[in-house]
Amino acid sequence: MSILIVAEHDNNNLNVATLNAVTAAGSIGGDIDVLIAGYNCTSVAEQAAAVAGVAKVLVADSEAYAHALAENVSLVVAELGPNYSHVIATATTNAKNIMPRAAALLDSQAISDISAVIDVDTFKRPIYAGNVIATVKSSDAIKVITVRGTAFDAAASEGGSASIESISGEHDAAKSSFTSEEVAKSDRPELTAAEVVISGGRGMGNGENFSLLNGIADKLGAAIGASRAAVDAGFVPNDMQVGQTGKIVAPDLYVAVGISGAIQHLAGMKDSKIIVAINKDEEAPIFSVADYGLVADLFDALPEFESTI
Amino acid sequence: MKVLVAVKRVVDYNVKVRPKADGTDVDLANVKMSINPFCEIAVEEAVRLKEKGLATEIVAVTVGSQQSQEQLRTALALGADRGVLVSTDDVLEPLAIAKCLKAVCESESPDIVLMGKQAIDGDNNQTGQMLAALLNVGQATFASEITVDGGTVSVTREVDGGLQTLALQLPAIVTADLRLNEPRYASLPNIMKAKKKPVDTTTPADLGVDTGARVALLGVELPAERQAGIKVEDVAQLVDKLKNEAKVIS
Repeated sequence: MSILIVAEHDNNNLNVATLNAVTAAGSIGGDIDVLIAGYNCTSVAEQAAAVAGVAKVLVADSEAYAHALAENVSLVVAELGPNYSHVIATATTNAKNIMPRAAALLDSQAISDISAVIDVDTFKRPIYAGNVIATVKSSDAIKVITVRGTAFDAAASEGGSASIESISGEHDAAKSSFTSEEVAKSDRPELTAAEVVISGGRGMGNGENFSLLNGIADKLGAAIGASRAAVDAGFVPNDMQVGQTGKIVAPDLYVAVGISGAIQHLAGMKDSKIIVAINKDEEAPIFSVADYGLVADLFDALPEFESTI
Repeated sequence: MKVLVAVKRVVDYNVKVRPKADGTDVDLANVKMSINPFCEIAVEEAVRLKEKGLATEIVAVTVGSQQSQEQLRTALALGADRGVLVSTDDVLEPLAIAKCLKAVCESESPDIVLMGKQAIDGDNNQTGQMLAALLNVGQATFASEITVDGGTVSVTREVDGGLQTLALQLPAIVTADLRLNEPRYASLPNIMKAKKKPVDTTTPADLGVDTGARVALLGVELPAERQAGIKVEDVAQLVDKLKNEAKVIS
């Protein structure tokens, strides 16, 4: 058995999400190779080679892969796929874009967003917005899998000494081209990687009141999130959304402020280690998952919380 | 420009699904079914393309049971012109659905296929990408803005950390994310009119698609329940608990 991991990166740095896939691969067993498809991405290959547990790093370096266009990268994955029993990536938006396309090229029914490995062909994955966990068994020769990052610990980023090999040839499907990107700039950690997340909901009242979370986030080194209700109400942009249709997070500490706790929100944060809820409605469903609940008006509680921590 | 929009019949998003008593599958007896919300957004986008004079015809397609006709009628009431039902009583996997849609695309030759980014039952998020692979055309998933201009489509995508804009040659597959639009409600006259719009029925066998399952469902279970914790009296007690009991802040 051998496993190919499709790495997530920005041509300069290996995205830490990849380390979760390495751990998932380790629990399946077998040799673990990592594919870096990118452009001028030597430094990423070196970082991947240092990850504990990686046997070999394969580098496909071409301008065609600079922006991880699915049409091009999926061709590389499909070319390498037949050498492996499993092809795995962490379920980032990039992987969700590329992996099903590669799976179809390999005539394999991909398995999305697994949360546990039972054995080499059997996995658990959440369905129906995480209300139910399914156990599924694949009969495909090449199993194409995305893993839920929060369900697997990150592998050590150092300690490995994998060999690095270049892959010749270039796949340019010429179906699409990159125009631009707008990456939200913030000094705060990324939501999915943060150790502390503080999120606001409809109870925040308006977008300006989200500034009440800033001071707390600064003190705790937290990322700031939001419920879908707050996004739908136009308080904050969509990329802050925590929930089934937004980001799935599992920090050490999750603070939900003015969030009632709709199923769709809980699906995105209930694997957090410690959950704090601050809400003036003591019947709010969020309290049923909170380790510490504070029934209080958030406009009183937040300034006090900020000054006490 | 011809637009094909794929829709799926799923459990209504307000329903909290539970496993059957024997744990073999989810219990869907007497559960309200609806059009998948992301598919509804795709239909709305197709209708807007037609209203802008860019689309000439909208064909709504579904792969599912005879009851899936209800969701086709919903798409027709929102503004699709005609429907295609690929009828099967089996629950098909995304790859098999993509193969059925490929066959429909080959006879319909749409310029653009609009779909939801994922269905809220299996949460797979695969079918659009798989269809694009099988047709060997470009794909833009998680669309929040679509601009059609001549032979290309520009799509802004919701990606981790922000937005990415791609240009695709037509034909292409675009999958809708939540913010693409807010679907309209079908008016009563349009619901009545939709009943008279044509719907063709075919089957996976007619289309030459092998729909055999590749992934077996061994069982379903409820996720581990989180125990509710305690209510604290005030902010001071909360901070004390976080520092000294949970030890998550210092």
